[in-house]
Amino acid sequence: MRGQEAREQAERKAVMATLAQSSGDDIVRLWNEAGLPSEAELLRGPETGLVTVRGRIGGGGAPFNVGEATVTRATVRVPAGQVGHCYALGRDREKARLSAIADALWQDPARRGEIEARLVAPLRAAQHEAREKRRAETAATKVDFFTMVRGED
Amino acid sequence: MYVAVKGGEAAIANAHRLLADRRRGDRSVPALRLDQIVEQLALGVDRVMSEGSLYDRELAALAIVQARGDMIEAIFLVRAYRTTLPRFGYTRAVETGAMLVERRVSATYKDLPGGQLLGPTFDYTHRLLDPELAAGGDVEEPLRRENEAEAMPRVSAILAREGLIEPDGDMPRDHIPGDITREPLEFPMARDIRLQALSRGDEGFLLALGYSTQRGYARNHPFVGEVRIGEVELELDVPELPFAVPLGSIRVTECQMVNQFKGSAKAPPQFTRGYGLVFGQSERKAMAMALCDRALRATEFGEDVVAAAQDEEFVISHSDNVQATGFVEHLKLPHYVDFQAELDLVRRMRAEHDARENAGKAEEKREAAE
Repeated sequence: MRGQEAREQAERKAVMATLAQSSGDDIVRLWNEAGLPSEAELLRGPETGLVTVRGRIGGGGAPFNVGEATVTRATVRVPAGQVGHCYALGRDREKARLSAIADALWQDPARRGEIEARLVAPLRAAQHEAREKRRAETAATKVDFFTMVRGED
Repeated sequence: MYVAVKGGEAAIANAHRLLADRRRGDRSVPALRLDQIVEQLALGVDRVMSEGSLYDRELAALAIVQARGDMIEAIFLVRAYRTTLPRFGYTRAVETGAMLVERRVSATYKDLPGGQLLGPTFDYTHRLLDPELAAGGDVEEPLRRENEAEAMPRVSAILAREGLIEPDGDMPRDHIPGDITREPLEFPMARDIRLQALSRGDEGFLLALGYSTQRGYARNHPFVGEVRIGEVELELDVPELPFAVPLGSIRVTECQMVNQFKGSAKAPPQFTRGYGLVFGQSERKAMAMALCDRALRATEFGEDVVAAAQDEEFVISHSDNVQATGFVEHLKLPHYVDFQAELDLVRRMRAEHDARENAGKAEEKREAAE
């Protein structure tokens, strides 16, 4: 039971990560294509604020504050009763609102499959492709050292 | 008595209207869109985010347009905007070892795990102006090399395995990271606070100081152990969720500077380190930051403080270009009353000087006559 709860939390977090990484335009487009319900009671926000980004001295040492970043958050309750949250970098309020609704719908077993298949899966696939493209473009700039042998042996 | 003088309201309003006109420039030229600036002046945007200390590309682009390309003015705008927003908290520390790397080079190891990845660099370009760019020609797609993703451990971790380098900087266990946006600067300061100030410091100022250390003022023999640029994920602990909520990714530049040795009777000699971490793609800034970080650790290593770059109060008090420009530029604002007082003073001093001179001359005359 404990393991299942941890797994469910990890899945929920992964969905939130995918939504946070996506553009608001992509979320709105997929939302409309899938005909997902967007009625929800706004419990908080959407509102924009700051988080202070932390790094670590030397990369892995004690934390220090680097600077701030804009974040927009929203909390909603869907008609079925679940409460959903979103925190995402940037100032896109509609993205935050829809992402919070998605989080709430995902917690409803009757809706989870639809959210995963129609919204999260295509976003995740696009992000994976973009990451792999970036990685491959960087890999093409990798230095292959070779040794020059001069004269005859 | 104090007499307030008012005036200039119409002049100020008209000047701002003129500014808006000049900012827009020739109306037959299309107005810049923010996405054009974000995409095509990306490193300028990164500088404004880094020194404005706010990661938001669109806001930085807006600031650049509003400031007509004046970077320090744009940084000022971004800093001012920050103060209007509520704060949601501190993120978990970013894990640069797990970065989606876009560039990674080391000057200390040729063959290191993950390799040398040049990425989109100006290095090895010929610095010749490109007329084709002016003509707006098409640009080729980048090449791709499909291979397995390799782990890219930080170079410092490789040296650490042999104990040849000092560990990543630690703080006492109960130490809460200082925040210069919350508390006033106090000297001497802990390294974490110094790093925060350096990360938002003026690139030109830090570059000059870093350069000065190389030229012999606080020389400490640096090597770039590693520079890496890429995206790192942010997470925030919030009370309403049982796990750290993922916020998305930001691009950062990290520099690990490896410097010459320090040892003692108890500890064998080890390389020492300077560290740089800045928003966006800016290896010049990250390298300069790392050089300054190392120079500012002079007291920690028992080195003589003889150069500007080692003087914490000097470096940190003057690294913020918003403060610097505020104090320098305030000189052009009306100082009529102050100046009137100085005028009065100099006139009085001259009168006294003349009186002394005349008295002296009269004395000479009298003596000559006698």
